[in-house]
Amino acid sequence: MNAWSRNDDDIIERVQQGDKEAFSVLVRQYMKPAYFSALAIVGSHDDALDLSQQAFIRAWKAIGSFELGRAFYTWYYRILRNLCLNFVRDRSVRAQPFSRYPEVLEHGSSEDNPLEATERAMLRERVRLAMGKLRSEEREIILLREFDGYSYDEIASLLECPVGTVMSRLYYARKHLKTLLEDEHD
Amino acid sequence: MTDMERERFRMLMMKALDGELAGSERSEFDTFLGNPDCEREWKEFAHIKEATMSLQLKSPAPEIWDRYWDGVYNRLERGIAWMLVTLGAVILLGWGAMEAAAALWRDADLPLYVKIGIVALCVGLLLLLFSVIRERFFTMKTDKYKGVIR
Repeated sequence: MNAWSRNDDDIIERVQQGDKEAFSVLVRQYMKPAYFSALAIVGSHDDALDLSQQAFIRAWKAIGSFELGRAFYTWYYRILRNLCLNFVRDRSVRAQPFSRYPEVLEHGSSEDNPLEATERAMLRERVRLAMGKLRSEEREIILLREFDGYSYDEIASLLECPVGTVMSRLYYARKHLKTLLEDEHD
Repeated sequence: MTDMERERFRMLMMKALDGELAGSERSEFDTFLGNPDCEREWKEFAHIKEATMSLQLKSPAPEIWDRYWDGVYNRLERGIAWMLVTLGAVILLGWGAMEAAAALWRDADLPLYVKIGIVALCVGLLLLLFSVIRERFFTMKTDKYKGVIR
């Protein structure tokens, strides 16, 4: 079962009663998707760690308002996302290339013949650099799909928007990426 | 091609790229690919998709996961500590201010206008504090935009 749809009502009921041990179970369960989600938006290991932990603190403080029966991660993701986007905006890095961002991306392995492998490796390298120049929201939606492998329905649920908007945002994010690659090539 | 058709093609193209195309949409998408512009865009996007699919976010050092909860717990603990420090400081400063004001008020050598000044200052500070707290509380309860990202 995916993080976004898991039901944790038993643990959350205990957390709502102030049980820190139960909260630690919840944190350990979601720390990895939380960290990588933050990393996709802010592009720095230290900031992703800091912001994902900060979001857990906010979740702890607001857990009383959590409605049982809902997915914890979807609820938590909204807190995390707001924190990350505010962080990016406060640092005024939204409009400029995310210089550190390419450092947190790497390529998967390739088993092609040497010539094709080299060409693909060059393209991937350009894509990796261009990803750093995308806006946070564009990078986020591409990575939710490509890295986390969420379906459109799941992304719509996480971002609180219709599936049509997810497709539209993906289209424009990919189009922007394509433009960046073309500009770099010219 | 109308704007609506172009929009429809884009949606179908995203679905096709991400493997979310329903069986009934397949033939509709194939029809669009008969258009050279659509076919060219499809190839370009497929190229981008292929390249982004291979990207991965680098994993941090494994020991980060062992220390992750400790980091959250320390912050929780510090949050409570800061709250207690703030509460203690407010109580002590308030008590100190009251004691000082009372001592000055009892001082027979102090002119009346100074005493009136002290009372006015204390009452004014209390009113300001009350007003700020009330405003914050009211905003917290009624601000429908509090969840909106700045």
